Amino acid sequence: MLDATIERIRAAHANSTPLIIQGGGSKTFYGNADEGEVLNTRVLTGVVDYQPKELVLTARAGTPLAEIEALLGEHQQILAFEPPHFNGPATLGGSIATGLSGPRRPYAGAARDFVLGVRLIDGTGQPLRFGGQVIKNVAGYDVSRLMVGALGTLGLLTEVSLKVLPRPKAETTLQYELDEAAAILKMNQWAGQPLPLSATSWHAGLLTLRLSGAASAVQAAQAKLGGETLTDAAAFWQRLRDQATPFFDKRPLWRLAVKSTTPPLQLGDAQWIEWGGAVRWLASDLPAATLREAAKTAGGHATLFRGNAPVDGVFAPLAPALATLHRNLKQRFDPEGIFNRGRLYPDF
Amino acid sequence: MLSPAFLSKLRKLLPPHCVLNEREDLLPFESDGLAAYRNTPDVVVLPENEAQVAAILQLCHQHKVAVVARGAGTGLSAGALPVDGAVLLVLAKLNHIKAIDPLARTAVVEPGVRNLAISEAVAEHNLYYAPDPSSQIACSIGGNVAENSGGVHCLKYGLTVHNILKLRAWTIDGQLLEIGSEALDAPGYDLLALLTGSEGMLAVITEVTVKLLPRPERAQVVLAAFDDVAKAGAAVGNIIAAGVIPAGLEMMDRLAIEAAEAFVHAGYPLDCEALLLCEVDGVNEEVSADIYTVREVLEAAGATEIRTAESEEQRLKFWAGRKAAFPAVGRLAPDYYCMDGTIPRGQLPHVLQRISEMSAEYGLAVANVFHAGDGNLHPLILFDANTPGELHKAESFGGKILELCVEVGGTITGEHGVGLEKIKQMCAQFATPELTRFHEVKAAFDPNKLLNPGKAVPELHRCAEWGAMHIHGGKLPHPELPRF
Repeated sequence: MLDATIERIRAAHANSTPLIIQGGGSKTFYGNADEGEVLNTRVLTGVVDYQPKELVLTARAGTPLAEIEALLGEHQQILAFEPPHFNGPATLGGSIATGLSGPRRPYAGAARDFVLGVRLIDGTGQPLRFGGQVIKNVAGYDVSRLMVGALGTLGLLTEVSLKVLPRPKAETTLQYELDEAAAILKMNQWAGQPLPLSATSWHAGLLTLRLSGAASAVQAAQAKLGGETLTDAAAFWQRLRDQATPFFDKRPLWRLAVKSTTPPLQLGDAQWIEWGGAVRWLASDLPAATLREAAKTAGGHATLFRGNAPVDGVFAPLAPALATLHRNLKQRFDPEGIFNRGRLYPDF
Repeated sequence: MLSPAFLSKLRKLLPPHCVLNEREDLLPFESDGLAAYRNTPDVVVLPENEAQVAAILQLCHQHKVAVVARGAGTGLSAGALPVDGAVLLVLAKLNHIKAIDPLARTAVVEPGVRNLAISEAVAEHNLYYAPDPSSQIACSIGGNVAENSGGVHCLKYGLTVHNILKLRAWTIDGQLLEIGSEALDAPGYDLLALLTGSEGMLAVITEVTVKLLPRPERAQVVLAAFDDVAKAGAAVGNIIAAGVIPAGLEMMDRLAIEAAEAFVHAGYPLDCEALLLCEVDGVNEEVSADIYTVREVLEAAGATEIRTAESEEQRLKFWAGRKAAFPAVGRLAPDYYCMDGTIPRGQLPHVLQRISEMSAEYGLAVANVFHAGDGNLHPLILFDANTPGELHKAESFGGKILELCVEVGGTITGEHGVGLEKIKQMCAQFATPELTRFHEVKAAFDPNKLLNPGKAVPELHRCAEWGAMHIHGGKLPHPELPRF
């Protein structure tokens, strides 16, 4: 199957035919509209190697996340970045190419933090391998992590090696009625203390936080922090991860990534905060420029996550020097610009 | 040689005391921590602010003069070795901590700030900067970013790449790059990851925003002795399989144990083939639970002796032997080479067996010190450079060990970097298509190859012969620094 994929990419390179890389199709909404023939990765499927004692799993890009997580579950291990599945059969390749992470991200790390190595096919049809299956590796540039969040524009991922972690032995979710400013303060104060935090959320006057670790540690933290215990907690965090609550049906839906201590943005009430204050989801009709400026002032950036893209594209425009580097890298990995043309930035 | 015209322009950019080109002033800069590689720089510049850095780069770019960036000079792979006809750009004077935000748990620092100085500066807030390379009292954060430095705790807390948020960096043509953000991600390609570990080949860093973590409530270490290295290796995997991620997990073999014990009298058992040190940290209750689990696993794995440090004093004593392992081994022979390969942990018994066989073939003894938790192996090859041919034999043996690491699915460098030292072994680890892409990544930033030329990625047409870490007379460069 790999050979057929390589052949197709070589032909596309020779004819400058644009290709749209697609796995399970769970994240087709994400990014700018692209153009071309669909190149499906679902044929590249299966776990290649899994060594629980090494904390390393290697799987082909088209492998469904659900299959990987079920296998890890048999060994009480997890993908600690809690990749979203959204409403479709999300694959490993798509999760890495989008670089999206779930509620555990501020406390355990992002998708990019767990990538140890990748195999990919570049835009000329050349198979390449970077990184490996070991946790410490500083030989050569970190091209593996460069692929995370590149939305397939630098190459087609065919195989990914990830660091995995033990599943926490116990988890408890607590809730508190708090206004936005107080909730942001609490999230940051608690993150600065040795507490077993693993997720935080604030929406509609309710701060929700998850504790993970040894049962005794979770109990001790709960005793210290108080709050009401949430009973259907797993479902709550899964719905937040997959944006499966009515709030996330609103359009346009903006994702403002900001410094975690940023005070209330005052950009409307339709807001959901997570990641310890570092992500503010906003359902807002305000002009893109207003939202981008607010995010930039708060040390971050704004992405139109769902809905119709503004004229300057879905992602915050890059400073000229950075944009030049992006084009240079794209040119080297995909000289004909065949992969996911326009998906990340309109000019490549 | 640099032209007098260029030097005169360079002098106009900086105060007189910031430009060195008298021979006696240049000598301290002729090597980094890998002193076997020496080359006197043509000129050393020590800018005192970011604007001066930008101006130096612009001038060098205009005159097509190469630039080698250097931090504290503690690197172990000759990454900061001066290059003929280049400017050595020393960033040590950019050493201010610009901002600390305890609530957001971040610090903004200049590249010359020492690693440990960050943790010291934020200690009053009960925070610290997690990556702890063994040279942390001297090495600077700019160098840490350039090398993607790790430390004893990186299995649990990650490498530099996991612990930084944002960089200000300058391209060779003097353009400012703001990479990353104060949020947890940034739009576009992950250039933060690409620059981390790029060994001064892509850009020059002038500011780093680091993440800070709350200090663990408690840390405790368990020591276990084994009569068989393979049993100790299996215990490492079993600890992790039991769901514990130790803060530190270290192994030493018989020769290393004996040397360390003779040197610092840590009280290590001597009638064993391997010693494990397993430290767990975190919330008080979590540590208690983990220590219990670790002891159970060690017993089941056949440890001949298990001790738990019951006090901070005892914890430090357990660690003292391990931390002194390099200088201790240095007392066993006139010279030694330190290798830095990483292997999948499960390959440990096989790799140690092969190293032991090669040791017999080459007639050179090896002591093994191992960051067992993350698979990073430091074999120390003992030799005597005064015996004709032994240096060459040791180099050849070291190269074989690195190639063995690659063969079992590992890498030639876990934490010391490629620099000039391991450039030959890069050819063993990567094939032509990957090396070509590395050159293209470089070209995307620095098409004229002016930043740190000749390091990190070998030219395709020549995988030149370079040796390994050569320590003469048991003396490390910077002997005052602990080595792990």
